[in-house]
This record gives sequence, C-alpha cells and structure tokens, in this order.
Amino acid sequence: MKNRQEIARLKSLKLPLVIVIGLVLLCVPLFAGQFFSYLMLTFFAYAITVIGFNLLFGYAGLLSFGHALFMAVGAYTAAFLTSTFALPYMELILVAAVIVSAILAALIGALCVRYIKIYFAMLTLAFGMLFYTFLLKFYYLTGGDEGMRVLRPYLLGIDFSGTPKMQFLAGTYYIYAFVILAILTFVMWKIVSSPFGLCLKAIRDNPEKAEYLGVSVKKYRWYAFVISAAYAAVGGALLAPAVGQVDPGLTYWTQSGTLVFMSLLGGFDYFFGPLIGGIVYILLQNSVMSLTSYWRFIFGAILVFVVIVAPGGIAGVIGSLVKRRERRD
Amino acid sequence: MTNEEGKTAILSATDVRKWYGGFHALDGVSFTINEGEFVSIIGPNGAGKTTLINVLTGLVAPNTGTVVFKGRDISGIGPEKLSRMGMARSFQLVNVFPNFSVLEFLMVAVVSRLGKGTRLFSSLLRDKQITDGAMEVAHLFGLDAKKDMLAKNLPQGDKKMLDVASAFALHPEVILLDEPTSGVSTSDKNKIMETLVSASKQIGIKSILQVEHDMDLVFSYSDRVIALQAGKILADSTPALIEQDEEVVCTVMGKKECFKIFSSLQNKER
Repeated sequence: MKNRQEIARLKSLKLPLVIVIGLVLLCVPLFAGQFFSYLMLTFFAYAITVIGFNLLFGYAGLLSFGHALFMAVGAYTAAFLTSTFALPYMELILVAAVIVSAILAALIGALCVRYIKIYFAMLTLAFGMLFYTFLLKFYYLTGGDEGMRVLRPYLLGIDFSGTPKMQFLAGTYYIYAFVILAILTFVMWKIVSSPFGLCLKAIRDNPEKAEYLGVSVKKYRWYAFVISAAYAAVGGALLAPAVGQVDPGLTYWTQSGTLVFMSLLGGFDYFFGPLIGGIVYILLQNSVMSLTSYWRFIFGAILVFVVIVAPGGIAGVIGSLVKRRERRD
Repeated sequence: MTNEEGKTAILSATDVRKWYGGFHALDGVSFTINEGEFVSIIGPNGAGKTTLINVLTGLVAPNTGTVVFKGRDISGIGPEKLSRMGMARSFQLVNVFPNFSVLEFLMVAVVSRLGKGTRLFSSLLRDKQITDGAMEVAHLFGLDAKKDMLAKNLPQGDKKMLDVASAFALHPEVILLDEPTSGVSTSDKNKIMETLVSASKQIGIKSILQVEHDMDLVFSYSDRVIALQAGKILADSTPALIEQDEEVVCTVMGKKECFKIFSSLQNKER
C-alpha cells in the first residue's frame, strides 16, 4: 500500500519534475561556465531535431537515416538569410526554415512513405547523401566544402552585434533557444497525445489493421514526415548561429546516425527518451573527446551495449525500475 | 434478424472472377446481400472464402466482374476508403495492435469513424465523444473490465473479440467476419454469436456476412447460407434447406465430417 502511494506520488511528480529540470536548464548560464552553456545550447538545437525525429521513429515506426538533411536545410536557410540576403531576423529564419523544409519534406516524403523498414531507411539515406553532394558541388551557391558563414541574427528585431560572442550565445541566445525548445516540446506533447498520435502508433503496430479501421496509413506517415522535418529544420536553424558556420558535413550520413544514436540511447519508446539521449550524448561526447581521439570507438561500444543490454535506452531502464517497484507492492 | 418484404440490396457481386496464375480462386461468383440479412459463407478449405472476403472488402481487385456496395463499384477500392463508406471486417487470424490497451484499440476505430484523426493538437483522452464511443463498444463485448489491459496480454478469445469489437466500433452498415469463432472453445462459440447479434442490433448494423466452419452456428444464426466450392457457388439458400442437402453438406465438410453431422442431426446430440 505504501509503495503504491509512493508510485502514484512519483507519477504525479512527473510534470513538476519536467518543470524543475527545465528551470535548471534555463538557469545553467547563471552557475556554469560559458563553455558548458554553449554545450547546452547545442543540446537545445539537437533536442528539437531529435523530438521531431522521434515522431517518425518512435511513434510512426519509420527509421529515417537521412534526417540530417532537414537539419542542414534549416542551417543553410540561416546562412542564406543572414549572409546572402542580409535579413538577419531570427524569427524570419525560423519561419523560412519551416516552410522550406516542409516543402522539401512534402516532396521527398510523398515518395518515401510508400516504403517501410529498411527501404524507407535507405531511401531517406539516399536523399540525405544527395543533398550532401548538392551542397558540396554547387559551390558557387553553397560555398562547397568550405560552407557559408552565418552572421549573428537579430532576436525579436533587436541587434546584439555589440555583445561579445560567447556572452551573446551563453546569454540572450541561450534563453531564446530554450524558449523555442520548451514551446516545441509542448507542441510535440500535444501532437503525440492527440487522436493523430494514437493513429500513428496504430500504424506503427499494425498498418494493415489500421487501414481496415479507416486510418489513412500513407497520409498520416506523410504528415509525420513533414512535421519531423520541420522540427529538424528549426533545430538546424538554431544551431547555425551558434556555430557561426555551416558546411555540407551537417547532412553527411553520420549526422543522421547521431540522431538515431540519441534516440536509441535515450529510449525511443518514451516521449522524453530522445531528450535524455541527446543531453547524455552531447555531454559524453564532450568528455570522451577530451580524453581520446578515438571517441567514435567508445561510442560504438556504447551503442552495442545499449542495443544488447538495454534496448529501451536510458528511459527504458528508468521505466523498468519504476515498474519493478510497482510489482514489489 | 428477420427478412422483410421488399428487400433492399446493399452489397452485390456479379460474375466475380479472381485467378492467381492458373488457379481460379473465384470462378464466376454472383450474389446479393440485402439489408437486414445475416449470411454465412461455408465451403471446404481452398474454396475461395477468404479470397471472396478480400475481394468484397476491396483489398483485392477481381480480374473480371464487379462488386457493388451501396450502388457504387468498389472493386479494388482499398480497405481504408471502404471503411469510411460503411463496411468493416474482422480477420480469421487475430489481428490486433499488440501494445495498445483495449480502450486505446477501440479508440482508433472511434477516432476514424468521427473523422478526428487529423486533429493534431486536441487531447485524445479529454474528448468525451471518443472515450465514450470506445467504452460503449467495450461494454457491448464485455471487455469493459479489461479496458486497461494490453492487447497482447489478453487471452486468445478476448483478442479475437477485441478484433471483432474494433470493426463494430466503426459503426458500419455491413460487417464481414472471417471466422469470428475460430480458435475459440466450443462452449464460448455460442456466447460469441449471441454477442455479435445483440451488438449489431445495438449499433444498427444492417447486414452481417460471415465465414464460418461450425455448422451448428451457421444453421442456428444465419438467414441465408452460401456454399462455395472450387471458386463457384454450390448453393445459396436458407439454412433449413442447406441443412437437408446432403450433397452440399458432404462437399463442404468432407465425407467424414458429413457423416458425423448427419448422424448427429438424427439424434440431435452434437
């Protein structure tokens, strides 16, 4: 009895816990150094991308192996608007990134969602690499392998060019990115708890049955594809000013692999799993890279470990611990 | 369900042929299902029963012939559009969403019936229309106590019921049931049939078309029986007439079974 009350208490603590963690993340620049804040800023960009990615992977059951394409679309949108067109308005960049990626995803997705499993993964991979080659070869447009510079954008129409770079990134820009992450996380939460979210999960579990229950399998997969692409583009658009530079490496297949890794590491079956995976990945990468240049080797080993020992990822481990307490009752 | 005078045709097949290579799964099948009818399709294995269901539900397009549902040709239209037109089906083999709770499972059908699947930002669980709709069907099929159980953890019989219930949750006009009682213990079969009949009355389903192997069930619940053999219709009549037609019963059931049935009919033991 005592345990059951405790479980209920734990469950009711979920929302406050999320809010507290959110507030701690928001306050990071106040107590941590600029470099750590910068790391967290990178995390925000990846977090937005990966929760979008997971709508497709975790909820619709489609593993995109070319999702970095849309991140690159967002990042290059930022580069074009700030450098080429001298329109450094962040809100404009975000809206443009969403529109461009949604159009591109609508076209690519219309083809890709006709296939599932490995065929879907390979098709998305192919499109990702196609875009990579495009960015690399059309150098008069994209700067080729040198990429493009991303100038500092105006936030809410305010020019911050007077502020030193790290102070801007670990300060105003940090808060700006955090707010966007918070809004988009909330929106994604609404999406997955909507009737649409239920239908997506139904399609993932049994597309044939879903179709007999009147669910438009391809149409819903296509919606999910476009939504997740838009999320990735916002992530990319937020990342670009932080890095100050975009290059074709952003859409190389290893980047897409990073998104898959984050989802697996955190647990794609759980809403917050990919976010946990994202933060752990970035912190781990940072510390392992400072120890050895063979960080990919270590990460490979971690991936093997996760797939074999904890296929549910970190969130899965936490979830089963909570369940074990429940059963002990 | 009783037949009424002046029957209205709701689903009709005209000279439907479907072949796979040289094998004629359906070889000129024609019949009409009227509103208010409970029709059973019987036939030995390989007679084309499931192919017929697949053609009638628009999953498989016939090579020749037409299938007309509510005045519209539906050959090869696909299950999704057909379900929106008012036809649902259940499967011979259990076909569920393994990780869904009973309630979630039924909600998929209710969401689709209400056309709310593209509501991206509304809350599923706060939508009374959806949750009540799912609970209503769960209640009809006696699944309300198990509403939070995952489909994969249900006993076999309940899985089957859930699959059938989800088809009912679409509130179709016509429902096609592919062996609703297969894999269920004999004692439960009658209970399932009673549930099906009463649920279809409650929901307002006009016609039921089922594939069924259990002859007792076929004869006691159907208004009409269609016997298939090698892709052709062998007989299409009332259960009373089919029951007495030894030739039909023997072809459909095989010699051994047929003797069992006829001996059992005599001493009413089976």
